[in-house]
Amino acid sequence: MNVDAPAPTRRTQVNERTILDARGLTKHFPIRNAFGWQTGVLRALDDVSFTVDKGEILGIVGESGCGKSTLGKTIMGIHQPTDGSLIFEGNDIAGAAPSAARERRRHLQYSYQDPGASLDPRWKIRRSLHEPLVIHHSGLNYDEREERVRAILQAVGLPVGHLDLYPHEISGGQQRRVGLARILTLQPSLVVLDEPTSGLDVSVQATILNLLMDLRKQFDLTYLFISHDLSVVRMICNRIAVMYLGKVVEFGETEAVFETPCHPYTRSLLSAIPTIGGARVIDTFSLEGEPPNPGNLPSGCRFRNRCPMAQQTCAEVEPELRADWPGQEAACHFAQ
Amino acid sequence: MTSDLLRVRDLKVSFATDGGTAQVLDHVNLTIGRGQIVGLVGESGCGKTTLARSILGVLPKNSARLEAGTIEFDGVDLLRVDPNRLAATVRGRRISFIPQDPFSSFNPVFTIGAQIMDLMKWKSPELDDADAGRSGWLPRLHGSRRYKADRERVLDLLRQVQLPDPEGVLKKYPHEVSGGQRQRLMIAMALLPEPKLIIADEPTTALDVTIQAQILKLLRDLATDHGISVLFTTHDLGTAWEICDSITVMYAGQEMEAASSEGFFKRPSHPYTNRLLKSLPSRGGSLSGIPGSIPALVDPPTGCRFNPRCEFATDICRQTRPEVTSAGPGHDVRCYHPVAEEKRHALA
Repeated sequence: MNVDAPAPTRRTQVNERTILDARGLTKHFPIRNAFGWQTGVLRALDDVSFTVDKGEILGIVGESGCGKSTLGKTIMGIHQPTDGSLIFEGNDIAGAAPSAARERRRHLQYSYQDPGASLDPRWKIRRSLHEPLVIHHSGLNYDEREERVRAILQAVGLPVGHLDLYPHEISGGQQRRVGLARILTLQPSLVVLDEPTSGLDVSVQATILNLLMDLRKQFDLTYLFISHDLSVVRMICNRIAVMYLGKVVEFGETEAVFETPCHPYTRSLLSAIPTIGGARVIDTFSLEGEPPNPGNLPSGCRFRNRCPMAQQTCAEVEPELRADWPGQEAACHFAQ
Repeated sequence: MTSDLLRVRDLKVSFATDGGTAQVLDHVNLTIGRGQIVGLVGESGCGKTTLARSILGVLPKNSARLEAGTIEFDGVDLLRVDPNRLAATVRGRRISFIPQDPFSSFNPVFTIGAQIMDLMKWKSPELDDADAGRSGWLPRLHGSRRYKADRERVLDLLRQVQLPDPEGVLKKYPHEVSGGQRQRLMIAMALLPEPKLIIADEPTTALDVTIQAQILKLLRDLATDHGISVLFTTHDLGTAWEICDSITVMYAGQEMEAASSEGFFKRPSHPYTNRLLKSLPSRGGSLSGIPGSIPALVDPPTGCRFNPRCEFATDICRQTRPEVTSAGPGHDVRCYHPVAEEKRHALA
């Protein structure tokens, strides 16, 4: 199922195919005590920069709490970024007023992690699918909307009869399909997929992944693929960004990162994936400890407390992403 | 036949639902050897949790019905033992449990130490079987000999599960420790009564992959050290490969294939197992799901329940369920048309 998009560009290089350009994107949440006084800052995203090319699939991977969902939601405008700019199809959507940004963001859509919870349990599927058209294309009458909805429903592989069912009457895999149909009615160009296969059985996951690839071809879509499942990411993404505690620690072409991971965190993360038929991870895995509290980060490199290569410099200087490898960048002082 | 610790034979369990009687387990067999880690894999709704609950004896009383079969544990049929006696001497003592979700398994308003010490009142390995049913009701002094012994035992186990600062952890509330640490505590609590069998219900599903690797290693090392058997239910075949000595795969309430871990991934014989292995994401390979969907258990297909989705199905598959046949040493398969050697989708 390897992807047939054009060769990806470097991380922050803008060209005529660039569809999204994130520059120094930062999101800090205040930590407040019981009286409402701010006692600290939770750095959910810190100076994240990258570009997304039209037609590519960019994977955002990392463990829970690393900021990957915050990144998706900040791009979507669900969170206002603390700092940084976000250029989507030539317009800055980070600083714009909410109403203007919503207009500019019509072609940017977000697929929620849990489609069961994002569909109204008291609405039939038909009404849920009509809703985005009612909001964004108020000129259409009922019949025109129904026509579009039926076409989309067919594209995601659901029978028309499902329009008259309620969300609880269909399976988890079918709910995902409805969630995708809901997004596609607006003809987006970039879709943020937040954990599109979590909670699905492997056989259903396979059909959903195949569907995502078909839809991408059919509707000319670009995906920002947020996932913690590295084997899925390896299979479908062109490039990936590995995040750790709000920072991108490694970025590059998927194969390069998986074959020769440079950052020690990426290496540990990849070595933790079970390979059926290969050496057992539990015999070889060495990373100890757990990620620190994101409200109280270590100085310098955020990974240094768990890093086998950490030295004095790591506590003093925060490493920047270095583009020292072909098709790959890593934020580590000692990566070779 | 005392070599096996647990032998489930022909277990049939049904549930009363609004839509009719759901045949959740259909004559299921399962064997766990002493000191073995057995993986019970299958997709959601295949009955793996129901099987685990049947062994523990905690099926919902109102809706579940045990229709047939035996669960032989250490030579005794658990289904014929008095339920009160089962609660006092087997459940939580000979057989303990690690839940899927470490977040909702602690009571948020008591300290971790209070909860663990409360467990010890009932399930301490120092209790003899006659005491076990009532000792928990008795008040206990913190200075008593048994309290001190139990506390020492708890601290010792917390060190074994590699929790930093065991004394401090006991004073904390559940929300003050991370998910990985909570799962370590759960493992420690499962080991405290010195059981012979631990039932671990998807213990790493809620955890990140690096924490998962740590927890799996811990669970395997401790089970080996203490000589405990583990029934490990999971839907993730990768974790099953990591930790299990043998694997049983279930589909829609029927067990389909049981084999050693190597045999399961190297020589998958059942068509369902082959389709399942084919749906795993692999590099560069094509991805194929399984056409169709899981049948409703209220009105399941007759015969082999996989037959509507199976490419090899014939009339006999629709009429009667295949008997267990051997596909090699220690490799059992229930299929009339096991997949031929050259067509198997081997991963190992």
